[in-house]
Amino acid sequence: MLELYSLKKTFGQTRAVDDVTLSIETGQMVGIIGRSGAGKSTLLRLINRLTDPTSGKILFDGRDITSLKGRDLRLWRASCAMVFQQFNLVERMDVLTNVLIGRIAHHGFLSSMARHFTDEEKAMAIRALDRLDLVPQALQRAGTLSGGQQQRVAIAKALVQNPKVMLADEPIASLDPANAARVMDALRKINREDGITILVNLHTLDTARAYCQRIIAMRDGQVRFDGLPQDLTQERIHQIYGTAGLDEDIDETVTSTSVSPRRSTSSRIYEPV
Amino acid sequence: MVSLSPSTMIQQFEIDYRRRRNKALRVQLISLVLFAAAVFISAWINGFFDTTEVNLPSGERITTWKLWASLPRLGDYIYKTFPVLRLNNLGADLAEWFWRWRVWLQLLGETILIAYLATFLAVIGAFALSFPAARNLSPNAVLLVVSRRYLEIIRTVPDIVWALIFVFCFGVGPLAGVLAIAMHATGSLGKLYSEVNENIDMRPLESVKAAGGSWFQQMRYGVVPQVIPNVISYTLLRFEINVRSSSIIGYVGAGGLGQEIRTAMSLQEYRDLSALFVIILVTVIIIDFLSEKLRHRIIGFESLRA
Repeated sequence: MLELYSLKKTFGQTRAVDDVTLSIETGQMVGIIGRSGAGKSTLLRLINRLTDPTSGKILFDGRDITSLKGRDLRLWRASCAMVFQQFNLVERMDVLTNVLIGRIAHHGFLSSMARHFTDEEKAMAIRALDRLDLVPQALQRAGTLSGGQQQRVAIAKALVQNPKVMLADEPIASLDPANAARVMDALRKINREDGITILVNLHTLDTARAYCQRIIAMRDGQVRFDGLPQDLTQERIHQIYGTAGLDEDIDETVTSTSVSPRRSTSSRIYEPV
Repeated sequence: MVSLSPSTMIQQFEIDYRRRRNKALRVQLISLVLFAAAVFISAWINGFFDTTEVNLPSGERITTWKLWASLPRLGDYIYKTFPVLRLNNLGADLAEWFWRWRVWLQLLGETILIAYLATFLAVIGAFALSFPAARNLSPNAVLLVVSRRYLEIIRTVPDIVWALIFVFCFGVGPLAGVLAIAMHATGSLGKLYSEVNENIDMRPLESVKAAGGSWFQQMRYGVVPQVIPNVISYTLLRFEINVRSSSIIGYVGAGGLGQEIRTAMSLQEYRDLSALFVIILVTVIIIDFLSEKLRHRIIGFESLRA
């Protein structure tokens, strides 16, 4: 179980994450929504410890994550895999090596400088690539792949980290609808088959509704909604996105990236998962 | 429908735009005047406008512009270095011009080897220091400042001065030359490499870090693949520069062809000077040509594979 206790992060005057307390059961797939700048990315970066919190605590299975340093911190990062919006692959290296970077935390200085990975690790990487249908591309340069393929390489890399938690920061924001669906399907499959807890930042409401068991909405660094997708009503959405007072409803099909967006009408504003 | 009188927004834009244009023009004019003044002052201080007194054939003594009056002496000097080459006796004349060719060829080999070894040492030192010396990569501020200052100091001292120092320490010979050029080249290459490092895409680095990579692993996987083509390119360029340097440092006893240049100058063997000049010129042209081919091949490979 992942627990956050009054987690705060300030950048100068801005409170990027402001007093967030959450508890996430193992195996949940949680969607985090909110306007740009609501603190969604910062929250994920705090959990992975790419960013240090100003105050507050992160516990994982009762273990304090906030105080980790050195090797323990690196091993935590490895067990808490991160997927980025821009894929962040080493474009000039082949796909296989990019996936093997997921094993880096378990390597010492010499073997990692020499790019030496064990046969088991290579087998692990190939199996991960196979799950994401990328074995034929294994020896291609990562930079030559399409955006959707690159994001799936990033997910394969996250898989070989043997993570307990997977954090995905807007994983489909730079992808076309078909690729977005493949990436989200892959994340859901990993969540169901491997029982890995997944936290995914999304800016399309219908994707969050379609894929996540639980939705957390943030605004100004604070959690404004935490519950089931069907409880996310138009009224709530107005509060989250700060459009209260507008007469019109937010049409989720406008921002949708799904191939066949479901119509949202004022009489039927949510889809059961 | 087009309105005949532009809206107040557009009028305001016109005013703002004109104001900005005028300001830009003022800045350009002022910069131009300052630049011209700087050129004039440095030329004046450096003696470009000095005058000298010369005797005319008529016996009259006049004051004239030194640069103009002294120019013919450059011609005199160059004329003295011209070899005697006659078409009907070309072989023998060339043999006389390059009379010490055995010694010179051997020293040329030494010159190139000095440059090669010095470049090798400089690449190791510069590459290692280019990571802490890059603003975006340095693990902490102290290492950043220390490595940057170190690189600055060793490249501020010209290699000929390093050669003087090392000849004093290690005696006359190529060892001093290798160390001298390696020292200066480490500073120059370190600066160039660290600037390459500062221009990388930081995102791959972050994903290595997010996967639990240490600082060294972040450098190895996040940075090195991005910078390697530029590093190779700068290294080849530096090798060319080092060949030029190693052909002159012999002047102070640090090995290579330079010692022959010194001998020729002090003995006023002008024709030897031109022979040595031809040897160095041809060598540099060949190395320029080869390294450019190599660099283009590497860049070509890159663009094919990318």
